[in-house]
Amino acid sequence: MSKAKVAPDLSVMFAGKIYSPNPFWLASAPPTNCGEQVMRAFDAGWGGAVWKTLGEPITNVSSRYSSVDWNGQRMMGLNNIELITDRPLDVNLREISEVKKRYPRHAVIVSLMVESKREAWHTIVQQAEDAGADGLELNFGCPHGMSERGMGSAVGQVPEYAEMITAWVKEKARTPVLVKLTPNITDIRTVARAAKRGGADGLSAINTINSITGIDLQTLVPRPNVDGKSSHGGYCGPAVKPIALNMVQQVQSDAESCLPLSGIGGISDWRDAAEFFLLGCGTVQVCTAAMRYGYRIVEDMTDGLANWMAEKGFANIAAFQGLSLANVKEWKNLNLNYKVVARIHEEKCIGCELCYTACWDGAHQCIHLDRVSESGNGHTTPATYEARSRAAIAVTPIPKLDGGMSERVGAEPYATPLARIPRVDESECVGCNLCMLVCPVENCITMERIDIGLPPQSWEQRSALGIPVKVQH
Amino acid sequence: MALSDGHAGRSEHALLQVRPEVAERFAEVHPPLGAVAALAEANRCLYCFDAPCAAACPTHIDVPRFIKKISQDNLRGSALTILDANILGASCARVCPVEVLCEGACVFHRYNQEPIHIGLLQRHAMDAFFQDGAVLPKKSSTEHTGRVACIGAGPASLACAAELRLRGHGVKIFERQELPGGLNTHGVAEYKLRAVDSLREIEMIRALGVEFAFGDEIRGEAALAQLDKDYDVIFIGVGLGEMRRLSISGEQLSDVRNALEFIAGYKTGGNVRVGRRVVVVGAGNTAIDAARAAKRLGAEEVHLLYRRGSRQMAAFEFEYEDAKREGVLFHWHTQPTAIHATESGEGIAAVECRRVKENESGSSAMEFLAGSAFRIPCEMVITAIGQSPLLELLKSLRGVKLEDGRVQVERATGRTANAKYFAGGDCVNGGREVVDAVADGKRAAVAIASVLEKANVRGSHVQS
Repeated sequence: MSKAKVAPDLSVMFAGKIYSPNPFWLASAPPTNCGEQVMRAFDAGWGGAVWKTLGEPITNVSSRYSSVDWNGQRMMGLNNIELITDRPLDVNLREISEVKKRYPRHAVIVSLMVESKREAWHTIVQQAEDAGADGLELNFGCPHGMSERGMGSAVGQVPEYAEMITAWVKEKARTPVLVKLTPNITDIRTVARAAKRGGADGLSAINTINSITGIDLQTLVPRPNVDGKSSHGGYCGPAVKPIALNMVQQVQSDAESCLPLSGIGGISDWRDAAEFFLLGCGTVQVCTAAMRYGYRIVEDMTDGLANWMAEKGFANIAAFQGLSLANVKEWKNLNLNYKVVARIHEEKCIGCELCYTACWDGAHQCIHLDRVSESGNGHTTPATYEARSRAAIAVTPIPKLDGGMSERVGAEPYATPLARIPRVDESECVGCNLCMLVCPVENCITMERIDIGLPPQSWEQRSALGIPVKVQH
Repeated sequence: MALSDGHAGRSEHALLQVRPEVAERFAEVHPPLGAVAALAEANRCLYCFDAPCAAACPTHIDVPRFIKKISQDNLRGSALTILDANILGASCARVCPVEVLCEGACVFHRYNQEPIHIGLLQRHAMDAFFQDGAVLPKKSSTEHTGRVACIGAGPASLACAAELRLRGHGVKIFERQELPGGLNTHGVAEYKLRAVDSLREIEMIRALGVEFAFGDEIRGEAALAQLDKDYDVIFIGVGLGEMRRLSISGEQLSDVRNALEFIAGYKTGGNVRVGRRVVVVGAGNTAIDAARAAKRLGAEEVHLLYRRGSRQMAAFEFEYEDAKREGVLFHWHTQPTAIHATESGEGIAAVECRRVKENESGSSAMEFLAGSAFRIPCEMVITAIGQSPLLELLKSLRGVKLEDGRVQVERATGRTANAKYFAGGDCVNGGREVVDAVADGKRAAVAIASVLEKANVRGSHVQS
């Protein structure tokens, strides 16, 4: 692919009418709570912001967030029980108009959530648009608190309500109307279709996922702790990205659901964003990453994405939007005659043997430690090696007592002793990838294609031909 | 809480008062990790299968397992994992030459990364265990009737005795000194392991029910015959004997000290006196410990003499580097030939030295370079040219065979030529590390327990 000669154009026109200098928007959440914040975010480089949801008066609790840490890393996932804005409506509206006046080229979308009454929706739509909103996002997704009052995900989980309210909003709205979808539903497409039927101009997905992040093992109270009690919250952050990508793909691959989509869910850097675009999103929304590191993270989102686009020869977002959709198939259409096997690159191996234990306990027992000592019958179990090591007598090397430096017997061909470099039995390897995934060294284990001499054939094709199915052990 | 059961043992109380001048000058070389640093370090561990670090450890501590437990906030489980393999896990965490053991074997060396700081993590878990009261669970609720005597209260005997007690066997340790621990208490440089920490660890072993008798030097046929009569099995963990002498003129001067005496002096003897200029003879780890101690005690110049070159030095490379950093001056291919007294005849004036011709063959023959005599003025000479075996004692043990002054044993069990006698530690291996002695002691204990339990079933005695 030829390299683009000019810098890629990151600007987008979303849902036909919403211009944004780049596709990175802040999601409706604490980072878009007030005008001062949104203006600082635009100064930092964000292309747009979805204003924290306007609606009925509420009172928030303290505390509000909890997170899932993993192996010493903070906030793999974040959970919140904060509600919509707790600031007066008129203050928010005044600040929206001020932001739009000062940043006319940036996208300001206003998130809305009011009780399920036609007049209430008409009023709030009018107010938001009068303040200068470039678009509206209907919050049918918030999974905590508001749903108990018949709003948020209580609407988003019932297609009929979602369709009805979307239609009410469309009666009034002059700007594009996006419906924000909840993932807390069996099939996200049912509500996406309802929104489309109701006349929505676009969708945002996904909202947060119902969660209890953990329990304090001293007090036995789940987090976040509100006076000794907790409540389920909405989960977001890097942990939810795969779930979001799947739902984005589902919506984008369904003709009855498909609308311009603003992708949301665990986007932390430009690579995450590129993946959402590749599955058809027109913009992406970020919250957790900005809450963790501040608005400044957008700099590498735009820079990294632009560099990748230049390298790939994509002149603008549209040039690669949705390109990966064709590569997501139903399982029955995958080629059963495609075979890969693991190959361990001995010169890179550090001898941790994590691939060995993973293959034995978690996969198909086809990685062995028999390069030096055994005949390779594959029947020596992990416990045998461990017992052997425990029984071995080791001493501190003391040259004076050991008669000079102990020489290694026979030259080792690699940095890691051959005895510690696992070997893959390719005839048994099913190509599951597990060893490659657990290996700590990049490119030490690669999956290599093996030509089995058969043309591609899917499950669907195979069962149509009535060929007996080979039983896999 | 007293280590001494009555007689000659000195009260531990006095030792818990670390002399401030010692505490100040012997700050730890490897300060402990904080909780956050320990967690971050534990999380770096890859949790290798059949891990090379565990294989390299003479006691085969399951290193990835105890590290994983640290990262999962199970410090007690972590400490018990360590202690299950090595009852002296706390002192080993401080004194082990981890560079040539667990940390030296870490796979990260092949991945352009710092090896996991296993020693510091082990100390982290062990410190938490001791802070928490150091309560060990027993391995057996059965009390067996057999009785085992351990000769010497160094690491080998301590490990042997602890393992036997955990399995329900009666053990008594006989120690000629007034405090237990052997080199752990008296001979390890204070900046690596404080005597109080060694004693604290031994208190945990005593609390298991191991008995101690101090000052009873087991020497002479009669004493040994009595021991042989009173006990079913005897474990020999006597270590090595006196330090070798230089055999040069002036060696009788009072400021000529041997390194172990010098180290024990400042650690447990309350003697922190040092010369302004000190000459240390020898280049093993003990010589380095003595040289660094002399520096810390206030010596302005510390010269270390070794008759061979740096490549033949017995000290670990990292010990040498540390000593250089502290300002110890190394004189390679240099041999002391006489120690000159001051005019009054009481103090030392200088050490007479000669240069030794370099000898690559490794033979011990020495040839002096002509006209190479010179003097190093000094007030103190510390000798550190190795310990001799306790030949007299070892030879009087009935049926126990020696080779090169070392007790001959079956490697996997520590059993000597006399089936009633087991042995381990320096008296068997010629002088390795604490962790080697612990491994020997534990292997012997497992074998002794098996012998005693079988004999118990048969109602017979161990046949010698």
